[in-house]
Amino acid sequence: MPKDNQSATLKKVLLRVRRYWVAMIGSILLATVYVAMSLLIPVLVGRAIDCIIDAGRVDFAAMGVYLLKIAFCAGAAGIAQWVMNILNNHVTYRVTRDLRDDAFRHIQTLPLSYLDSHPQGDLVSRVVADVDTFADGLLMGFTQFFTGLLTILGTLVIMLAIRWQIALVVIFLTPVSLLVAKFIAQRTYSMFHLQSRTRGEQTALIDETLGEVKVVQAFGHEEASLEQFDEVNDRLEKCSLQATFFSSLPNPTTRFVNALVYAGVGLVGAFSAIAGGVSVGSLTSFLSYANQYTAPFNEISGVVTELQNSLACAGRVFELIEEDPQTPDPADAQIPARVAGQVEIRNLQFSYVPEKPLIRNFNLSVKPGQRIAIVGPTGCGKTTLINLLMRFYDPQAGEIALDGVSTRDMRRRDLRASVGMVLQDTWLMAGTIRENIAMGWPEATMAEIEEAARKAHAHSFIKRLPQGYDTVIGEGGGSLSQGQKQLLCIARVMLCLPPMLILDEATSSIDTRTEQKVQQAFQVMMEGRTSFIVAHRLSTIQEADLILVMRDGHIVEQGTHTQLLAHKGFYEQLYQSQFAH
Amino acid sequence: MKKLLKYMRGYGKECVLGPLFKLLEASFELLVPLVVASIVDTGVANRDTSYIIKMCLVMALLGFIGLASSVTAQYFSAKAAVGFASRLRHAVMNHALRLGYEEIDQLGTSTLVTRMTADINQVQNGVNMTLRLLLRSPFVVFGAMAMAFTIDAKAAMVFAVLIPVLCFVVFGIMLITMPMYRNVQQRLDGVTRATRQNLTGVRVLRAFGMEDEEVEAFAAQTQKLTKSQINAGRVAGLLNPLTFVIVNLAVIVLIYTGGLQVEMGVISQGMVIALYNYMSQILVELIKMANLIINMTKSAACANRVASLLEIVPSQKNGRAETPLLGGVEFRDVSAKYPGASAYSLEHISFSVQPGQTVGVIGGTGSGKTTLVNLIPRFYDSAEGAVLLDGQDVRTLDRKALRRQIGVVPQKAVLFHGTIRENLQWGREDAVDDELWQALETAQAREVVKDKEGELNAMVEQGGRNFSGGQRQRLTIARALVRRPKILILDDSASALDYATDARLRMAIRNLQNPPTTFIVSQRAASVRYADVILVLEDGMLVGKGKHEELLETCPVYQEIYYSQFSKEVKSYAEG
Repeated sequence: MPKDNQSATLKKVLLRVRRYWVAMIGSILLATVYVAMSLLIPVLVGRAIDCIIDAGRVDFAAMGVYLLKIAFCAGAAGIAQWVMNILNNHVTYRVTRDLRDDAFRHIQTLPLSYLDSHPQGDLVSRVVADVDTFADGLLMGFTQFFTGLLTILGTLVIMLAIRWQIALVVIFLTPVSLLVAKFIAQRTYSMFHLQSRTRGEQTALIDETLGEVKVVQAFGHEEASLEQFDEVNDRLEKCSLQATFFSSLPNPTTRFVNALVYAGVGLVGAFSAIAGGVSVGSLTSFLSYANQYTAPFNEISGVVTELQNSLACAGRVFELIEEDPQTPDPADAQIPARVAGQVEIRNLQFSYVPEKPLIRNFNLSVKPGQRIAIVGPTGCGKTTLINLLMRFYDPQAGEIALDGVSTRDMRRRDLRASVGMVLQDTWLMAGTIRENIAMGWPEATMAEIEEAARKAHAHSFIKRLPQGYDTVIGEGGGSLSQGQKQLLCIARVMLCLPPMLILDEATSSIDTRTEQKVQQAFQVMMEGRTSFIVAHRLSTIQEADLILVMRDGHIVEQGTHTQLLAHKGFYEQLYQSQFAH
Repeated sequence: MKKLLKYMRGYGKECVLGPLFKLLEASFELLVPLVVASIVDTGVANRDTSYIIKMCLVMALLGFIGLASSVTAQYFSAKAAVGFASRLRHAVMNHALRLGYEEIDQLGTSTLVTRMTADINQVQNGVNMTLRLLLRSPFVVFGAMAMAFTIDAKAAMVFAVLIPVLCFVVFGIMLITMPMYRNVQQRLDGVTRATRQNLTGVRVLRAFGMEDEEVEAFAAQTQKLTKSQINAGRVAGLLNPLTFVIVNLAVIVLIYTGGLQVEMGVISQGMVIALYNYMSQILVELIKMANLIINMTKSAACANRVASLLEIVPSQKNGRAETPLLGGVEFRDVSAKYPGASAYSLEHISFSVQPGQTVGVIGGTGSGKTTLVNLIPRFYDSAEGAVLLDGQDVRTLDRKALRRQIGVVPQKAVLFHGTIRENLQWGREDAVDDELWQALETAQAREVVKDKEGELNAMVEQGGRNFSGGQRQRLTIARALVRRPKILILDDSASALDYATDARLRMAIRNLQNPPTTFIVSQRAASVRYADVILVLEDGMLVGKGKHEELLETCPVYQEIYYSQFSKEVKSYAEG
């Protein structure tokens, strides 16, 4: 089972390496040069030693020639190996870069349902740590696998040429080494997989705990969190120990097989030497070949375990890359020239989990330029409706049409470009304030950016920041307050002014005085734009053309503010409660 | 980096036995060339077949003992390395959990996560390799030299020259590559950051159709990483070829010197072979050592980063007193400033409240409301003035005991992976279900839990994603109530609740048997309207203090806030 996985993963890896075939061929050629040169050296050493027979019987002239040849071979081998290393580096790091880029690109196409239901830390660990381990394994594979293989072949040929009888000993003993390596490799793969999985679990926990370490501290939950961490940590320690220990076994075992081969060669070689079949110099070369011949087995088996670890990691990355993307945009996508903003929702049905239907048979018709307010108690499906409007999620049945075109027939990009969205969850990217405001329109001039910030009433606080618009804000908005972040999010939309707007609790963190001013700006902005407004403060939505009162995924009432108050229903209750205490 | 060594404690046995068994293995390996020399000089020269067979059996035996020692060594070193990493992770986690808010703000959480995962993994690898090879390789190198000297001092001089030259090359390359690998790690951090950011901001990024730009920006990051990796690899890749060339040059000199010595009848041919074998052993070992050193360099860089994290000392000193609180709070001329900020976030704040009172804190965005309440549980310390609880300076209180008596509901409603019960028990570990339900009732979260399958046993996903914003807020309020705090801080924590729920919530808290001193930070005048004291903040200054009616008369800022929310028409509706 894991075997199949492994070879499937390996195939995928090879496909990716193929892109760099020129460098790969170069690397193989250089490996051949390196191996040939380094294999010649023992022969030459053997010949040189044969020139040394006994006191007074040393042929220095002949020895000199061999020694010069050794120097040449060593130099050539050294250069070939260096260039080969450089090429291997290039290929490895480019392949891993491609892999990271692909994984990241794929994440952009994954449906939000996937991203919402997978721990972020685990995804990060795949893109960063797993790819890193993969890179280590791949590099080792490149540098040692080919040279190892070529060395084995080359040595075999030379040994057969020198004396086939001794070579047979080596050939006979080789399979033992291979069997041992295979036996161990099979067991280690699953151990590595378990290790990798436990690591992912731990990363997710670390991400959660340290991501919200302030809350942990506020509740004095440090010890309990640590305990929870320790539980995973202990499990990781155990499976890590197994994986590490077993993966280190091939090395000594193959070395043991080496020792047997060495002894075998010594035995047969010495007998041949007595029989006069080989010279002592040849025996020396033979012994070094036996050494060189088995050393690569050693290396290769080491590489194999390393490769397995790295394949297990690559497997997790491929898993991510092969995760079903969201339904692709239709090829014949209709590109709205200018969205008027007519929205038609027909028989919409949606649920996050099949057992719990959330929105059922939802119908709505919105004329261009209308303002639709959505109110209702928490958890009634307001945000879900927005998820569907923006196509973050797709409904199970029914459709949403924009200007008569089903949003399914549009490119998500075009749909979303025609909607400006401000959410309650303020999110800013690491970068300058200016970059953040200009996110939807990077070509905007400074004047335009300032204008947008002014409209969002963010200009005055930005001016007071140390570097004004060029102030760099860190991950997640850094030291800005929630309200300031929200103002920036509003400025971001103010700058693009798309034909439709979604304001989901867009001013929940802003103080009401500023909010009032922002609301005025919103009024101007909403002029002629179809807008969906989710709000708790009912005062902010009284002017809406249509108020949808939602409860448990249904629209229970709809109408204008005055109509709904007159109706004395659920809305009226909600409205009254603002003044209760 | 030395500071990390203490996490090795307890693995002393493994750290000694691992390398020791490795040395044992190496010693047996060193004997092999001598055996070969004796086969050539004694066995072949005298045509003594039984001697040859005996010697070959000795070689096989040496191999077997080598195997046994090596496996033992590897078990010990794996155990030590894995155990060390595990303890180190524990220590870093423990340390990270205890850093102050200030330090966390500065470090950023993704740095903490990388230190705990990728960095420590690399350190573990490094330790494992080091224990296995660090002693072995030099031992074989110097051992081979020593053996060479026993054969022939003159020929062995080659070894004495060779080894320092090799050390120079190896350490030189190590010194050059060390900062390069540090650079690689930094860029890897950049990649981590980019990935995390993309995942947290996925909705906004997609709403703005920024997918392509994100991919481009990410590709730029990985490209930078790749470049630095290739640069480091170029230098590191020099190590093997360079040592190979040097060792072979030494072989040439060795054979030539050997030849001279044989010519003069000082040594035999078999001895030249033994010398050559030792040289080969040195080469093999050096290749291993070179890899080890590259590995160690990387690990050292990671270890340093982990160590520097452990070296961060929380700036806040802990107090000692573990007095039970009654709930009285006084601010005496308090000013506060965030580290690195030029301006004060709070200036000269003074007020005092009795146990059980409700305090409303209202003011514009960035006016210092959160800063004010953060001083009470000592999330941050005031720069000037003092915060007193029941007359005692908070800085004299034990932080843990202090926080145990304060319920905080932060702005951002965060829940953790686990059951609802586990989440609520964050408030108090030993709270029983009845108490949990009571807290849920007060927090208006009863039906949130009732609606979930399994109720208190229902699972909360990471970050509480399977709850809506308002549900999360109510659960976090319940979590704070579970501890029956003496002081309750609601930091704008009802913003996602509708007005009705918000009002019921406040009512329920007020009607608790021993109501805590409650700080309600809010944007909504309605939320603070019935507080015993309302603090009005503007730009870090206290511009109004008093009851709703008073403030409505006297405080222009409060008036403005109030009327912005209750237009005249609404006002008449509310009153009529």
